[in-house]
Amino acid sequence: MVAIIDYGVGNLFSLTSSLKAVGGDTVITGDPAVICSADKLILPGVGAFGDAAEKLEASGLRQVIIDQAHSGKPVMGICLGMQLLFEKSFEYGEHTGLGLLKGEIVPMAGSIPDTLKIPHIGWNGLHKVRDSFLLTDVRENDCVYFVHSFYGANCADSLVATAEYGKELPAIVQKGNIMGCQFHPEKSGRVGLTILKNFVFGVSR
Amino acid sequence: MITKRIIPCLDVKNGRVVKGVNFEGVADVSSPVELARYYSDSGADELVFYDITASFEGRKLFTDILCQVASNIFIPLTVGGGINTIEDFDRVLKCGADKVSVNSGAIKNPDLIRQAAQKYGNQCVVISADVKRVDGVFRVFSHGGRQNTGMEAVEWISRCVENGAGEVVLNSIDTDGVKKGFDLEMLEAVLKAVNVPVIASGGAGSKADFVELFQKLPSVDAGLAASIFHFGEVSIPDLKKELFSNGINVRY
Repeated sequence: MVAIIDYGVGNLFSLTSSLKAVGGDTVITGDPAVICSADKLILPGVGAFGDAAEKLEASGLRQVIIDQAHSGKPVMGICLGMQLLFEKSFEYGEHTGLGLLKGEIVPMAGSIPDTLKIPHIGWNGLHKVRDSFLLTDVRENDCVYFVHSFYGANCADSLVATAEYGKELPAIVQKGNIMGCQFHPEKSGRVGLTILKNFVFGVSR
Repeated sequence: MITKRIIPCLDVKNGRVVKGVNFEGVADVSSPVELARYYSDSGADELVFYDITASFEGRKLFTDILCQVASNIFIPLTVGGGINTIEDFDRVLKCGADKVSVNSGAIKNPDLIRQAAQKYGNQCVVISADVKRVDGVFRVFSHGGRQNTGMEAVEWISRCVENGAGEVVLNSIDTDGVKKGFDLEMLEAVLKAVNVPVIASGGAGSKADFVELFQKLPSVDAGLAASIFHFGEVSIPDLKKELFSNGINVRY
């Protein structure tokens, strides 16, 4: 059973549908008991980092997720959910993340050429940096769908794949049982479904 | 490198797709779910559903259909048509739409974009503008392109972007239906004024029109069309092949 963590941020319709499409047994929940009994966790999220971090804290789920992650349970963050896995973010102020991965979230503005539009919206190719079970059946330069204005920095420790947009931006990260996608796998066609399938049925190493 | 997007637009009335020819492998060409799957499998990068229904019952049917599409097709979905309030945003987003396109709704209530962007984020709000030259000036038209609002288009679009629209669909009434290419002059004027993605609409008649669009205006993000795809005049795989062979980066 994969638990999609519901802490009041974002719309979980497409994510749930896509997990069903790959044959995953899923539940949307904000209940710590259900989260603890699930085999794997997905942390979704759209919107602002500070707001989402506050909601995680207020819902009491922040510590639950951290404990589950430390117990070795596979956790995948998606989009803002991936960003929340890091130590901190500089999106409108400075905010503390879950600290499950090394690195921080910084604005694209100022660190990519100003001829490029922000947010980074659209389909962009994945470039493998290191092997991961998430990339099984994913080819070099396969495209996935991005929508974001901030990105992970100083995260070489967990970097699995990047996408080029003025610079190589982290697209997939993984360190043991903790992983994330900056893009939206639930909106990335066949490639996105493959990555979700790898998460649901694969074994993280 | 980010790819140029190709976006088919489907007009939906009372839950059925309007106009189109039969495609091989598509049993019911007016079924939004079947057609959406066909386009998704053909390599469409995004789909736009335009609800041209006026009645309340029709709108309910539309959202039911949208839910069905969104639970079967895993590419970005944009919904437009009849979006006048925050409740309309909510209604279609809950059914799996990723972006909502506003046109007349924003003209009637200019604060709609700001409210929606604050609630759902800029990436979710698309300003769609129907624009036509009147005495050499780009003017915004409402009511499906029938009524001149008197507003200057570049100024209006810039204001919508400042208010939080994260993407622009520029539909040129002058080139729409003519099938002799996109309105490059109008697009260029808008591209100079805003720094969010701009989607070209109106005028595509052939693969060459898309090649010209992306070669002459490299900062255009996407090309949208309806009839040439629905009537099978241009197939998306062929179009992408043509773009690729002309050095334009596409997903395929």
